[in-house]
Amino acid sequence: MNWMVPFLKSSLGRKLIMSLTGLFLCLFLVVHLAGNFQLLKSDGGEAFNTYTYFMTHNPLIKLISYFTYFFILLHTFQGLVLYFHNRSARGAAYLDKHPSKTTFASRNMALLGSVIFLFLIVHMGDFWFKMKRGILAKVSYEGYDQIDDLYTRVTAAFDQWWIVLFYVAGMGFLGFHLQHGFQSAFQSLGLNHPKYTPWIKNTGIVFCILISAGFAIIPIIQYFSK
Amino acid sequence: MKLTLKVWRQADPQAKGRFETFSVNANEHMSFLEMFDVLNEELLAEKKEPIAFDHDCREGICGACSMVINGQAHGPLGGTTTCQLHMRHFKDGDIIVVEPFRASAFPVIKDLVVDRSSFDRIIQAGGFISVNTGQAPDGNAIPVERDKAGAAFDAAACIGCGACVAACPNASAMLFTAAKVSHLALLPQGQIERKTRVKNMVNQMDIEGFGKCSNTYACEAECPKEISVDYIARMNREYFAAVIAGE
Ligand code: HEM
Ligand code: SF4
Ligand code: FES
Repeated sequence: MNWMVPFLKSSLGRKLIMSLTGLFLCLFLVVHLAGNFQLLKSDGGEAFNTYTYFMTHNPLIKLISYFTYFFILLHTFQGLVLYFHNRSARGAAYLDKHPSKTTFASRNMALLGSVIFLFLIVHMGDFWFKMKRGILAKVSYEGYDQIDDLYTRVTAAFDQWWIVLFYVAGMGFLGFHLQHGFQSAFQSLGLNHPKYTPWIKNTGIVFCILISAGFAIIPIIQYFSK
Repeated sequence: MKLTLKVWRQADPQAKGRFETFSVNANEHMSFLEMFDVLNEELLAEKKEPIAFDHDCREGICGACSMVINGQAHGPLGGTTTCQLHMRHFKDGDIIVVEPFRASAFPVIKDLVVDRSSFDRIIQAGGFISVNTGQAPDGNAIPVERDKAGAAFDAAACIGCGACVAACPNASAMLFTAAKVSHLALLPQGQIERKTRVKNMVNQMDIEGFGKCSNTYACEAECPKEISVDYIARMNREYFAAVIAGE
């Protein structure tokens, strides 16, 4: 095992961690979004609340959620380490900054990621933490006795235009992060192929639009249908 | 054509350095380096210190002529070194900013000259193959698959100029190292050291303090030999295979 620590501290080892945790988080976003769409069901929140109960009480999903927290922290830590390494490797800046052929997102991954991290703190504090502290109102459905009514908390939040704006803006940052991140992860993993790389790049564009628009549309719909 | 040059002047590695402005009369048939030769002749005639810049072959194959012209390594023309850039690509009255390559691993020695021995040490770490001494071997003795020969040759086109490092926002040397690793990994002659080579070269690249690739692909856009970032993915594969799957 004495090869492991130097490997994980090498430039390519760090990139491997970034890409694997990043792709795991992409998968997490898909599951999260699928769950969120239940907010749009007009059943007074039953589907969403029972789904939330399942997600917070199933032991396997609980285990996966601990991995998710860990991977978010690891991805963030590693991303910031890379950012500071890279800044010191560059040293002095150029006087003449030629508009390069690189994308805005690729040059600003650490900035975009840091905003996403702040977004996550506010987001978790508003919904998840309130539920964990048990201060949400309770509701009962057939087969479910006195479970957390997260639906009411979420829809109340999305009645406020500034919370809606906060969520939509957050998804904008996420969209740019994914625009570069999705395809970049495959390159980092060494998965580059003349036949498949164009597909990966196109999938990345579709993915970043679907994910960010998908998350953003929910608060917008809720706001206008209150 | 009359040009105004804003050139980085720095007396030695420790000096602070600053931009100095010159006007120069050039003609459009000169290369960018010949334009500097004309300016330096004038400076010498005035008993002033000429501008130090690196050059050797002046035909686009040695990779010595490092400088950043108007914010682009080797200037505005794609796929071209500074020595092959001609003044006809500029207009009369232009203001041209000339800076040294900027990277912590490429410290400035004087004016536009930077120390790129970090690249030499990456090559020394693994950019070689083992051969028996004696008679030169027959060039066609070892068969090489055509596609592999082509891909190896494209990688071998890297002249080690460092423009990839200069252009990268992270000052990463991944394109250079990847080209060298790929060139030898693709050929039968490179198989003996295949695993140790990629491990040692990546390790040396990290020791030298180059940045970590963010896949911005600024390197590929400014490489005078148009080396593809596909080689970076190939190096990543080689490295993971050597470190994770290797004994
Ligand atoms: C759900 C949230 C997130 C997802 C899905 C995600 C996804 C990704 C992916 C797929 C990559 C590409 C990895 C690679 O190039 O190999 C990436 C890169 C990056 N991420 Fe994230 N990320 C998320 C949150 C964050 C956060 C909170 C930060 C905090 C700083 C962050 C910082 C970075 C940085 C700096 C990079 C670029 C690393 C580099 O190539 O130099 N990300 N992300
Ligand atoms: S990869 Fe291109 S830019 Fe980098 S050293 Fe080789 S020739 Fe120069
Ligand atoms: S002087 Fe040799 S490449 Fe320009």
